[in-house]
Amino acid sequence: MNTPFLSIEGLAKRFPSPDGPEPLTVFENVNFGIERGEFVCIIGHSGCGKSTIMNVLAGLDEATDGVVIMNQREVKGPSLDRGVVFQNYSLLPWLSALKNVTFAVAARHKDWSKEQVRAHSYKYLEMVGLADGAEHRKPSQLSGGMRQRVSIARAFAIQPELLLLDEPFGALDALTRGTIQDELLKIWRGTEQTVFMITHDVDEAIYLADRILLMTNGPYARVAESVEVGIPRPRARDEIVEHPHYYKVRNHLVHFLARRSKEMAGREHATASGRPETVRFDEPDDERPAAPTLYAVNE
Amino acid sequence: MTAVSGLSLRARAFILSVLILAVALGIWELSIASSAGGDGKLTEYELLTGGGAPKAGVPPPSEVLVKAWEQLSDPFYDAGPNDKGIGVQLGYSLYRVLSGYLLAAAIAIPLGFLIGMSPLMYRALDPFIQILKPISPLAWMPLALFVIQDSEASAIFVIFICSIWPMLINTAFGVAGVRKDWVNVARTHELGPFKTAFLVILPAAAPTILTGMRISIGIAWLVIVAAEMLVGGTGIGYFVWNEWNNLDLTSVIFSILMIGLVGMALDAAFAHAQKAVAFNE
Repeated sequence: MNTPFLSIEGLAKRFPSPDGPEPLTVFENVNFGIERGEFVCIIGHSGCGKSTIMNVLAGLDEATDGVVIMNQREVKGPSLDRGVVFQNYSLLPWLSALKNVTFAVAARHKDWSKEQVRAHSYKYLEMVGLADGAEHRKPSQLSGGMRQRVSIARAFAIQPELLLLDEPFGALDALTRGTIQDELLKIWRGTEQTVFMITHDVDEAIYLADRILLMTNGPYARVAESVEVGIPRPRARDEIVEHPHYYKVRNHLVHFLARRSKEMAGREHATASGRPETVRFDEPDDERPAAPTLYAVNE
Repeated sequence: MTAVSGLSLRARAFILSVLILAVALGIWELSIASSAGGDGKLTEYELLTGGGAPKAGVPPPSEVLVKAWEQLSDPFYDAGPNDKGIGVQLGYSLYRVLSGYLLAAAIAIPLGFLIGMSPLMYRALDPFIQILKPISPLAWMPLALFVIQDSEASAIFVIFICSIWPMLINTAFGVAGVRKDWVNVARTHELGPFKTAFLVILPAAAPTILTGMRISIGIAWLVIVAAEMLVGGTGIGYFVWNEWNNLDLTSVIFSILMIGLVGMALDAAFAHAQKAVAFNE
């Protein structure tokens, strides 16, 4: 297949500037594709427009230039084909956890009976481990982790072709985050959905993604690189750190975020094609990952 | 001391309430008993100016209680235009309040939705609301009587006009303040405008809307007494004024208490409804 499942072409977002004729460009010339079934993370500093790209993909926001093409059709407006998990969960607080999911399922399958909708919703709540009585509680009576589980169940239950996750684990503690990441991977493997996720966490990106897109700093932000993780699945949290690619990828990402995202910022560095440069780490030349070398300091 | 502090706050508050009531009624009763007793001897001047005629005084609480018992044991009697039971009079007032109020709700809530959802409508209608809102509802009465030519309908109109503003403003405010995230949830689930309004915006704004409805019913109940004093005929407001003309202060005080009780019941009903639609984020 020549054209990928999801194709973003020449996307740009500009705001009219308050103090000049030149508009404020958040990002421009953003081009990338995502294959069906792929899990892609995008990393970049705040203000580079990651969330705007996600909102454009969700159909909640409009780009100034460029198009998003999914399944050979241009994306215009929100659709049930694209499920969104928002950063702040966005559950409806007056509905119970179960009702929040049935709300979505009933919207997707208008011809289903109440019982069908309920059974389908239960199935997804069970997948995220929330069917033991907690499903009747209101979001305010659930912990942050449980709310995010409901939110994930709601998004997966409508079985969208593309799942968009906007920093879904940002507000969770490390332990809960780990558990829900595992649940997310489990569901994703079972459904073969395409996932596009924003994150700030380098380790999370490596653990979850097939490919990691790196954005330069705004204004005039763009997707500069596409890093292939190349660690086989299923991945175990304690084993992937042993993989020879792990620290190479990690160092590359950290280096990008710490230095190159700034150095490459601005429009003059953009490549002619506008495509992100693919970064792939070849087979290991030595057995062990390059361990950080320690030096004893003698004064 | 330990026996009292061992009780719950609620029980202690109740005891204190009863005590305050008993003291207040006691002072009231005693002050009237002492002022009623003159020395009996009248000067010639007092006799000439009619000073010997029985004076209408404020009745003691005991008399009010007797009156209350008398009225409440047969609240719905109807013995002609000027002699109806308290239940009948309150019924007329409630009927007017509820008709005017429901009419106002039927207009204020949809209009509030429109204003809340459209910044254009908000700006366009705001000056009208700001000018009309502070007008005392009774100021509309002469105009209403002239245009409508019917005192009954005019009273309902006055209730309508006084209860529409808090509902309108609160609905608009509640609808405009619905979190964008929740609207986005509706959008990503492809809900149409009507489903979005009923499934997302209405429940999200319901607590604010009900607060407006509760304020409105309170104002409507305040205004109906004054309106009925003007239009006359029936209703608790007319009843109070009629008993004042009869110098039956016992009935006046009893009616005042009943107005308070009904007002409290209306407010409690809305407090209950408010609780039903409330949610925590």
